Amino acid sequence: MTDPVSKPAAPASANRLQHLVPALIVLAVAAVVAVTSWTQQPADVFVFPRLVSVFFVILALWNATRAVLGLSKVGTGLSLREALNILPGALVMIALIYGAAKFFGFYAASSVAFLTIATLYDPAKLTSLRAWLVRIAVSAAFMGVIYLLFAVLLRVQTPRGLFF
Amino acid sequence: MALRPRLRGGLNAVFWELWSRMEFLTYMGAVFEPLSLALLVGGTIGGLILGATPGLSPTMAVALLIPFTFHLQPAQGLILLGAAYTSTVAGGAVSAILLKIPGAPANIATAIDGNAMARKGEGARALQLSFLASGVGGVFGVFVLIFLTPVLAKWVLAFSFPHLFWLAILGVTIIGSLDTKSFVKGLLSGCIGLWLSTIGTDDIYGVPRFVFHDSLTGGINIIAALIGLFAIPQVLDMMAKGRSSAVIEALEVPRHAILSAVRELISRARALILGTGIGTIIGIIPGVGGQVAGLVAYDQAQKFSPERDKFGSGHPEGIIAAESANNAMVGPSLVPLLTLGIPGSPTAAVLLGGLLIHGIFPGPDLFTTHAAVTWTFIDSMLIGQILMATFGILTAGIAAKISRVPMPIMAAAVLILALFGSYSVQQSMGDVYVMLGLGLGMYGLQKFGFSAAPLVLGLILGPIAADNFQTGSMIAAAQNGPWVYFFTGWLNILLIAMVLGSIAYSFWINMIVPRRKAQAQKAQAQKAGGQGHD
Repeated sequence: MTDPVSKPAAPASANRLQHLVPALIVLAVAAVVAVTSWTQQPADVFVFPRLVSVFFVILALWNATRAVLGLSKVGTGLSLREALNILPGALVMIALIYGAAKFFGFYAASSVAFLTIATLYDPAKLTSLRAWLVRIAVSAAFMGVIYLLFAVLLRVQTPRGLFF
Repeated sequence: MALRPRLRGGLNAVFWELWSRMEFLTYMGAVFEPLSLALLVGGTIGGLILGATPGLSPTMAVALLIPFTFHLQPAQGLILLGAAYTSTVAGGAVSAILLKIPGAPANIATAIDGNAMARKGEGARALQLSFLASGVGGVFGVFVLIFLTPVLAKWVLAFSFPHLFWLAILGVTIIGSLDTKSFVKGLLSGCIGLWLSTIGTDDIYGVPRFVFHDSLTGGINIIAALIGLFAIPQVLDMMAKGRSSAVIEALEVPRHAILSAVRELISRARALILGTGIGTIIGIIPGVGGQVAGLVAYDQAQKFSPERDKFGSGHPEGIIAAESANNAMVGPSLVPLLTLGIPGSPTAAVLLGGLLIHGIFPGPDLFTTHAAVTWTFIDSMLIGQILMATFGILTAGIAAKISRVPMPIMAAAVLILALFGSYSVQQSMGDVYVMLGLGLGMYGLQKFGFSAAPLVLGLILGPIAADNFQTGSMIAAAQNGPWVYFFTGWLNILLIAMVLGSIAYSFWINMIVPRRKAQAQKAQAQKAGGQGHD
């Protein structure tokens, strides 16, 4: 797993290529919506999506044209530094939600994810015993509150998995 | 002599009209029921702390609270959401004043003079003035909500299917064009939201639409979507800063007598009246929100102040104007929401989601069928403003300490709350997948100028627009055709004009004005260059 860099990310400014990528993705989504809406049957079910798709495609085309011409300037974009900073946290997030929560159980997986994220982004040295103790104590206390709120108070049945 | 009966009749009419406006007093007792009051106090204190925490916006706080309201009675759920909405906006002033980091966009203007005062050792005075001004502005705003909403709600009775369709579209276009810096991307966000609202199995024909994964069969759950769209991008934003070791400098808060703050607030009534008035007007305008209210009020208070030179270096009027405006905005932002279904701010849009999951739809029914729920909610906002000012003054020091919770802990906490919150609604992993998927996608889009507010509104108002469009189309087919049904009649024309007007205004502001400014600057530079050569 990539270690988050210790430097805070500098404010980014998106270039033409960076604007082009989301503009083309949105255009592709608009095209899929339009093709699906206008080809699927029964037509009555797709009347409103068809109406939406017309404006969706027009606006997505306009947006893509502006991005191609370099006129799309709103938004800071995502710098490489920011992307690298996010990557480990996002991987923990995805692993927790798409696998670990169900496999290990919500509370067990969430406790580990909490501690992992708190450790990954903590500026304190990884060898600091005090920092580890604080993080473990905070994780345990927070998960205790979550358990009280969801399991005891709201009686939400979460997947148990291997553990809890 | 003939005038006397007419005069008496007129006075009677005025009396009964005023008396009918006092209906809100009938439901005041419900706010003081033990659980309701506990939720109001808890929501207010919790909201103040959440608001004071940089990186946690009021919109996200309300979105994360919605799953908890699901298990409560509608009135109690709305009391909690209303308390959180009110107090997060005001709580943002704590970090704005003590840390110079606005807790919410609405507190940007507060940070200017608030932090300057805190640096001079007047942090307590700044906080007291901020909460007192917030309380006064907030109470006035809720009274506007009380007296204006039932009148507008009656007016909505004239609305039929095509009007409700245009109204839903107006909600999307108005927030899509006013809440973003790029009107193309704002409207595109609205379109994405409208499309997302059509995902799932059609209610009438039972045919699946855009179901690319099993978890989408039942459509996109609004609560999961709200949590994903508002919480996940903030978690990622915190992560993007990396292992930042920057220590936030918090200023000391020496003691200051509350009574002298009250006297000062009264002596600076001009800034208070300006802020409250501007906040109220901006709150009623759909889609504008507290950030604009605070900044406009600050600007106007500076212009009208004889001490305008002192603004920026710690002038109390700067705080009073900004804070009274951003809290005066809260009540009126619910006027178009409760009557027309058009939210006055992004947080009000999330609140609309909270209303809908309890089966409460905006419109005249709110004051007839759901009168008890609606008036209890509005009354709780009135009491909530007073509690907010009181607890704000009492707990500002604690809130300031909590607001310094390290970013990694905050990011992890929000993620876990988002996971449990989205799962708890229907106890479905599908909702959790949708929450994360939408959150990751929204973060990417936000980085390139797209906005979550119009997308959320499209998602919420989409079914209203679709249902009225479908029903309207069937009626139109049996009558004079869709052209006559949807495009004629003064109300249709007015609503269409408003849709087009909101788009045209945004086009003017985002496309024409910057171009003209650039041209004027270029011409000025050329002129200056020419003079230099001479």
